[in-house]
Amino acid sequence: MPKQSPVPDEVDKPFWDAANEDRLVVQNCKDCDTLQHPPVAKCPDPACDPGTNLEWKEMSGRGRVYGYGVMYDCPVTILAEDQPFNIAVVELEEDPGIKMLSHLPGTPVDDVPVGAAVEVVFEVTPTTGQKVPEWRVVG
Amino acid sequence: MPTQNAPASMYRSTEGLGIWEHKGKVAAVGIGHSPTARRWDETTDTSLGAWSILALRKAIEDAGVRPEEVDGLVMAQETSTGSPWPSDKPIPEDFLNTYKSTDNPLDGIARLSADWILMNMPELTNVNFTMYGPGCMSNAVVTAAQAVGEGLTEVCLVLKGWHNFGGRYYVGQGAAGGNTVTGPGKYSTLWGTVACYTTAMQFEAYCRKYGKNHDMMAPFVVNEKRNGLMFPEGFWAQHRPEVLTVEDYLAARWIAKPANLFDNDIPIMASAAYLFTTPERAKDMKQKPVYILNVASDRTRVRSFGPTLEEAEAATDETGRKIYEGSGLSPSDLSFENMYDGFTLFHQFHLEGIRFAGVQRGEALDFYATDITIEGPNPASPSGGNAGAGRTRFWMHTDSIQQIQGRAGDRQIRKPAEIGVSGGPTPTGGNFTVWSATPG
Repeated sequence: MPKQSPVPDEVDKPFWDAANEDRLVVQNCKDCDTLQHPPVAKCPDPACDPGTNLEWKEMSGRGRVYGYGVMYDCPVTILAEDQPFNIAVVELEEDPGIKMLSHLPGTPVDDVPVGAAVEVVFEVTPTTGQKVPEWRVVG
Repeated sequence: MPTQNAPASMYRSTEGLGIWEHKGKVAAVGIGHSPTARRWDETTDTSLGAWSILALRKAIEDAGVRPEEVDGLVMAQETSTGSPWPSDKPIPEDFLNTYKSTDNPLDGIARLSADWILMNMPELTNVNFTMYGPGCMSNAVVTAAQAVGEGLTEVCLVLKGWHNFGGRYYVGQGAAGGNTVTGPGKYSTLWGTVACYTTAMQFEAYCRKYGKNHDMMAPFVVNEKRNGLMFPEGFWAQHRPEVLTVEDYLAARWIAKPANLFDNDIPIMASAAYLFTTPERAKDMKQKPVYILNVASDRTRVRSFGPTLEEAEAATDETGRKIYEGSGLSPSDLSFENMYDGFTLFHQFHLEGIRFAGVQRGEALDFYATDITIEGPNPASPSGGNAGAGRTRFWMHTDSIQQIQGRAGDRQIRKPAEIGVSGGPTPTGGNFTVWSATPG
């Protein structure tokens, strides 16, 4: 499915640059050693104030399907022709609290195996060529 | 000094604060509503600004006070239902000639500032306190209650207005319309999420966890629409008095399965205003005072994409505890509940969080199959909420005040309306108010 191309900014550029190298990285606060995603300018934990002691950690690219919905009336123009389609929530193996969305390419619509193992793949978006992390059910 | 957002210190967002220090010392008296419309017809007298002024004047009249007695105004600046005013479209000339303008040309059209209201309501000669309760009426209500309790204002107007223009709700607009995406949409819009997606995802997880299904929502949504048709101030009662049947609900098209058309609300234009005051001042006013026994807020920090089911349940459990801690009440004290319903699929998180009628986690959909009507022992959402009256997020508050004043008309619950609770919007970020016929 052709997706919108994300435009990296100062905060999340390392995430998107890594995706272009087929690597999945997640932001980590070095003060509280907690992963956070989506990336933010500073750790939201007040105890880490000012919260700018951040790094990027490479992930295994493995996870599980947490849950899903099926999109029938999508507001995004570029995706409208592909309806209906799955939008699953994937939780990462390293920290199930970190979640990402996925269209689960290869999985039939509304036949999403909740709890199933998934692995990351990287899709090229048509407008700028920026890659985005996607997930496929494995096993 | 420009009007500021309420500071974090005005919200009771943590547990352990004990009984609200202003319990029973703030009362709602007056109510004012504008008409409703699906979209703005671009005439001056139906504009957001005109209707907000109308609602405020009605609230003043309803309370039976003179405009010069009003000394406070709490409101929300944001008024969008999801349709922006096109950047290349001029503001109608007649509107500009009728109302005084602020520095922002969209004031009174697609946003509302306190300055705009005060410039265009010259009769409010003694307002010396203004504050924004951002977002929704739920926020403005708790902000105003706290302000009256703290003595910042004695006769305070509370306002929320909504505009709605052409185009479908967010469809193809803003971040959804481009081939590139910036900002937070990189982690949501990019995948095609619609507003109800997260709630649909939570509800799917809820059904798996507790062995329920979407069909079990039908009695609740049908009851919401029924209650809404008995709300003369609401959109459906005014414009489309259509009865919703269980069959209609079950046959409705999906938006984001398992959320269907009727699990979503219809964006409309409308404004509502209340008049809050102290019990002492309320004695001389026209309507029966409805005392506020507690205000509570939720400021859950969602960990990642979400909120998830677990986060929604934890947040609403905490909200329930805060509501009862600050009011000194228990679930059995509630005559009715008016927790938020837009989207319908998260109402059960709120309802279970406050343990309404003793309903525990995972039991709400079974509870919906019992008598939840206004005639029954456990009136659930007697306002009809957003589902029953249109997307404003304020019907629940109006109804709570009207129920306790005995002014809910055909919607009046048959059991005595002594204490109720209202608030929202989302399970993980809202503001909640406990209303009572007595100061406690």
